[in-house]
Amino acid sequence: MTRTTEGGSVGVTTTRTARLFTAESPLVLASGAELGPVDVAYETYGTLAPDGSNAVYICHALTGDAHAAGWHEGDRRPGWWDNLIGPGKPLDTDRFFVICSNLIGGCRGSTGPSSTDPATGAAYGMDFPLLAMADFVAVHRALLAHLGVTRLLVALGGSLGGMQVLQWSLDHPEDMAHAAIVAASSRLTAQNIAFSAVARRAIMDDPQFLDGQYAQQGTNPDVGLSIARMMAHITYLSEDAFTEKFGRSPQGETTNGGFGIDFAVESYLDHQGQVFLERFDALSYLYLTRVMDYFDPFSRPHALAGLAASPVRYLVLSFDTDWRFSTEHSLRIVRHLEAVQQPVTFRELRSPYGHDSFLLDDPAYHATLRAWFDRALEVGT
Amino acid sequence: MTAPTQLRLDLQLVADQVFAGSRVLDLGCGSGSLLAHLMERKRCTGQGVEIDPDSVLAAIRRGVPVLDRRIEDALVDIADDSYDTVVLSRTLQTMLRPEFVLAQMARVAERLVVSVPNFGWYRNRLRLLGGRMPVSKEIPYLWYNSPNLRFTTLADLEDLFDQLHLIVDRRFTYTEHGRRLRMYGQSANLMASAAVYVLRPAR
Repeated sequence: MTRTTEGGSVGVTTTRTARLFTAESPLVLASGAELGPVDVAYETYGTLAPDGSNAVYICHALTGDAHAAGWHEGDRRPGWWDNLIGPGKPLDTDRFFVICSNLIGGCRGSTGPSSTDPATGAAYGMDFPLLAMADFVAVHRALLAHLGVTRLLVALGGSLGGMQVLQWSLDHPEDMAHAAIVAASSRLTAQNIAFSAVARRAIMDDPQFLDGQYAQQGTNPDVGLSIARMMAHITYLSEDAFTEKFGRSPQGETTNGGFGIDFAVESYLDHQGQVFLERFDALSYLYLTRVMDYFDPFSRPHALAGLAASPVRYLVLSFDTDWRFSTEHSLRIVRHLEAVQQPVTFRELRSPYGHDSFLLDDPAYHATLRAWFDRALEVGT
Repeated sequence: MTAPTQLRLDLQLVADQVFAGSRVLDLGCGSGSLLAHLMERKRCTGQGVEIDPDSVLAAIRRGVPVLDRRIEDALVDIADDSYDTVVLSRTLQTMLRPEFVLAQMARVAERLVVSVPNFGWYRNRLRLLGGRMPVSKEIPYLWYNSPNLRFTTLADLEDLFDQLHLIVDRRFTYTEHGRRLRMYGQSANLMASAAVYVLRPAR
């Protein structure tokens, strides 16, 4: 692939944690349930302008975290969206103030099902309340208040991140001037839900899952979680990407013709599954994927009503080989927004790499983001 | 900020046909100069449709909302009567299904502004008489690299308007130098290198 990343790094970054809700003043979830305390892990890059007009919120995807850019001490890889964020990059940290936080329900520093329930002194497990997309948004808004940001220049997200941006812009359009929704969906298809269902079944049927009490028992549903990741990973890449990367290459010098890891692609998936265990929690996987299954913001009555008073400038992007959230998903979002006269820019970008393209530095993709961000800065909040 | 835009002559003519404050759909919006002009000077809101990658990028940079889609595909997703004016400037001749595009335009807006090169212009006719395909300022392509798929004279085009129950409210014809012609009837079909039509569906 052509590497077009220009510009520098934000350098060494630190993930900070803010307690945004407490047991006394809990987060009231969309379901009516209460959650407190709520801690949120976040990072920021760049400097907030004196008039607060340059804030960009990054919403991460299913397995992302607050560490979007720069380096943590000792890491071999930079943050997950480092090719986009940094001095001179499309999200130029010399000009933009960038915020990225870890989702609640996650496991990368924010409160989630494996956090300790202060009421019991043990991990929540399956007692953790079910979440909705609006709950992620409520916590993002609380973090903004904590940081003293009153209005966003841009909210940006890919995949599940784009779904948060969509929900946020519909429910609180006054919070933002611009919204960028990349490789996302407003409503999962039966096929999307089916993949998630099999992933969850793999986790929950793992004998080590123990009804979600695995942490207390000092074990982990490794087999189920790694299978879930292996399968999901197949949906993140296109068939061509797999062919280009592995073809039918054998893994070793000799193949046994048995049922081991004979092909390079098998080894790759096995590796993806194994490294995932080090950084992701099985319960978080259940909770976060379920939020996606139920997401259907346009089905609500008057879903788009708020945009009339506070229009948002939208950017909706898809990738032609993304079969997890195909272009049709993005066009559905575009249709709804255009129908209520919101200014929408839409592009289907060409990339051979499938859903994961939104994390890569494809030249046309990054040129599009750069042009749109530069214009957003001129328009202002 | 973007400097105030100086419009190409034919685009200025098109812009003059758009009422201030109206909602405009610009099919084949290029780099968005018409919409930017209408948004800045005439308080219009609008949406562009364009497929050329460099033009799309320029429109984005200029702050013009643009759908990077084929015009036929974009049109079918747009609700009935959802725009005041729909513009198609120098693009109809590149459409595989011009009659479909015009019918869809009539569905989504009550006012259509269509600008076209005239293949019936006398110099084009002379080129053909000399045994050569027309090449001119309006049609600066050779037959094998032209984006133009459909070649029409003003007379043929007006027949199609009739067939689609599109009423010609105004017709502006002009020379290859952009000078307005004061001609009516069939003589314009000979003398005009291009034309701008303002149409309204008979409803």
